[in-house]
Amino acid sequence: MARKKIGMVFPGPGLKKAATGIQGLDEITGGGLPQGRPTLICGSAGCGKTLLAMEFLVRGSQQYNEPGVFVAFEENAEELAKNVASLGFDLADLARKKKLLVDYVYIERSEIQETGEYDLEGLFIRLDHAIRSIGAKRVVLDTIESLFSGLPNENILRAELRRLFRWLKDKGVTAIITAESGDGKLTRHGLEEYVADCVIMLDHRVTGQISTRRMRIVKYRGSVHGTNEYPFLIDESGITVMPITSVNLDHPASTERISTGVPRLDIMLGGKGFYRGSSMLVSGTAGTGKTSVALHLAEATCRRGEKCLFLASEESKNQVIRNGRSIGIDLEKWVKKGLLRFHSSRPTFYGLEMHLVSIHKIVNEMSPKVVIFDPISNLTAIGSTAEIQNMLMRLLDFLKSRGTTSLCTSLTHGSGPIEMTEVWISSIMDTWLLLRDNEYGGERTRMMYILKSRGMAHSNQVREFIITDKGIDLVNVYVGAGTVYTGVARVVQELKEHAEAIARAQESERLKKELDRNRRIMEAKIMELRAEFDSKEEGLKNEILLREAKEKVVAADRGIIAKARKAEGLRS
Amino acid sequence: MKKKASIKRAKKSATKKKPFKKSTAASSDVWNLRLYVAGQTPKSVMALTNLKKLCEEHLKGKYTLDVIDLLQKPQLAKGDQILAIPTLVRKLPVPIRKIIGDLSNTERVLVGLDLIASP
Repeated sequence: MARKKIGMVFPGPGLKKAATGIQGLDEITGGGLPQGRPTLICGSAGCGKTLLAMEFLVRGSQQYNEPGVFVAFEENAEELAKNVASLGFDLADLARKKKLLVDYVYIERSEIQETGEYDLEGLFIRLDHAIRSIGAKRVVLDTIESLFSGLPNENILRAELRRLFRWLKDKGVTAIITAESGDGKLTRHGLEEYVADCVIMLDHRVTGQISTRRMRIVKYRGSVHGTNEYPFLIDESGITVMPITSVNLDHPASTERISTGVPRLDIMLGGKGFYRGSSMLVSGTAGTGKTSVALHLAEATCRRGEKCLFLASEESKNQVIRNGRSIGIDLEKWVKKGLLRFHSSRPTFYGLEMHLVSIHKIVNEMSPKVVIFDPISNLTAIGSTAEIQNMLMRLLDFLKSRGTTSLCTSLTHGSGPIEMTEVWISSIMDTWLLLRDNEYGGERTRMMYILKSRGMAHSNQVREFIITDKGIDLVNVYVGAGTVYTGVARVVQELKEHAEAIARAQESERLKKELDRNRRIMEAKIMELRAEFDSKEEGLKNEILLREAKEKVVAADRGIIAKARKAEGLRS
Repeated sequence: MKKKASIKRAKKSATKKKPFKKSTAASSDVWNLRLYVAGQTPKSVMALTNLKKLCEEHLKGKYTLDVIDLLQKPQLAKGDQILAIPTLVRKLPVPIRKIIGDLSNTERVLVGLDLIASP
C-alpha cells in the first residue's frame, strides 16, 4: 500500500483529477478521481455504489460541465431515474439537455446461444456512440460484472474487459466501474486486476444494531490519499463524506464576548459572558437546570439576531418550546423568524459518525452562530467514552474553525465527585459550568459554580440560583462567617441577621440619646455655675468700687488736713 | 486453418444428421433474421457465410436477412441489446432469439434458431 498520511491530503503533482462534487470525497482524494482513468468502486449490496456513481455524473454535468454516460447493466433508465429522484436528481431533464445519457444494457442468458468466436465490439460501439452523441467526459459502468452471468465464455469476457478498460483510458474519459464485493475479495470476479488506478471500497456495517456507511480508498496510484475509513451519509441532498482528520488545531480565537442570556452569570464570567467561538459545558445531575441554561443562551442568541442551532437528543422540538415557555422564554417566535432551528434525533437512530455527519451538514447549510447540544451524555448509548470524546472533539473543532460558539449539556451521575466523572470531556471544553443541588434542611437548592473558564477572570463563588417563570435568577450570595447558606437556611440566616442589625441600631440610638442627655446635664451645670459666678462677680465689683471711693475720700481728707497744717512734704 | 476445420465440421454435422426432429418454430412461414456485424472482420465474414448457407439449406424461400454494420449505424445496437459481435437475431417468428459468435457450430445455430429441438 502507498504512503500513509494522517490529516489533510494534497494532490500529487502531475496527476490531473476530476472533481466529483460530492461533499467530502474530493477532500479525502485530494481533489477527485484520477482524470481520464477508470476508478473501481466496490462494496457489498446496498452500500451505495450506484448512487455514488450517479452523483459523480450528475455533479459532473451540473457543476463542471462534463457530460456523462451511465451504462446500466442492472436497472433500466426509468428505474434509475426513479431511484435517484429522491436525491433531487432529474435525469430526464439532464437527458433533454444532453448532459447525461443512460444506456441500459440488458443481457439475458436464456435468450442467447453461443456458437463460436465472438467479441464485445457491440458494447464498444454502443459506448462510443453514447460518448460521442453528448461529448461525454465521464462514464459509469454499473455493474459490469453482471456480464459474467450473462455471457457464457468467461475467457472472452475477461479479455474484452481488459480491452474495454484500456479503451476507456485511450478515450480519456474519467470512468467509474462498480463491482460487488464478496467471498472476502474486493470484487467477485477480480476486476481490481484490470482497474488498477484507483479503488474505493464502500462498506455498510452494523455494530450494536446501528448501521454506518463507510468509505475507504484502498489504492490511488500516483496520489496521496486519506487511508482512514470515512463515514458517509446518503440523504436527500446526496452523499456526504465526513473526513475525520481534516480539522486542524489552528482555528482563530476571538476576543469578542457574548452573553449567556443570564445577566448575573455573565458577571460571574468576568463580567462579560463567554468568548465567541468557545465551547461551554454545562454539567449537573438530573433536574439541576441544564436545559434552562441552554434555553437562555438560545434566546439571547436569537435576540441578537444571530442564528442558533439546537440539537435535542432527548426532547422533541415542541417539548423544548413548551418547557421554554414555562420559564418565560418564547422560542417559537425565533423559530418562525428562521433564527432558531431544532434538530431532534435519538442517539440510537444512527451511529456516532452519522450524527457527526448530519450535524456537519446542517451547520454547513444554515451557518449558525451558536450550536447547542442537549445533552451529549446520552451518546454513551451508542459509543464508548473514547469514541464520544473523539466525536465531540471533531465536532467542537469543526465549530471552532467556523467561529461558532457551542454549548453542550451533560448529565452526570449523582455518585462520586462530579468533577471527576467528566474529566474525559472537560479537557476539550473552554468553559465548564457546574450545576448541582444541595440538600439541606429538608429542601434542595440549586447551585452554580464555574469550574473553569479559559482566558478570563471568573468568579470562584458557588452561587445559588432559582428558576422562576421569568427564567434563571442568581440569588444574592450570603456572605457570612465561613459558611454559605442556601435556600430557606439562607432566608433564616438573613432574617436573623436582620434582627441583629435592628438590635444593633436600637442600641446605638440609646447610646446617642444618653450622650445627648449627659451633654444637656453638663450644659445646665455650666449655666448654673456661670449664673453663680456672675452674681459673685457683681458683688465683688461693687465692693471694689466702694473701697476705691472710700480711699479717695481718705486721700482728699488727708490733703485738706495737710494743707491746713502747711506741711513741707507737699512741695516735693 | 482453424476456420476451415470448423466449416468442415459444420458441413459434416449438417449433412450427417439430416432427419432432425422439427420444432414448432420450424413450421413458421415467415423468418426475419438480422445479423449484426462491425466492419469486415474475419468473424463477421465467417458468420455471414455460415448463415447464408444455413438459410439456403433450411429456410429457402421463406426468410429475409438484414445485415447491419454497427460501425455505420451504431445507434441500432441499442434496440436489439447488442453487445457481442457478431450477433444473429431472430426477429420472426417470435419470441426473439439471439445467437452470438461466428455461427460455426451449425447444430447450435439450428437449436438457437429453434429450427430443431435441443438435443
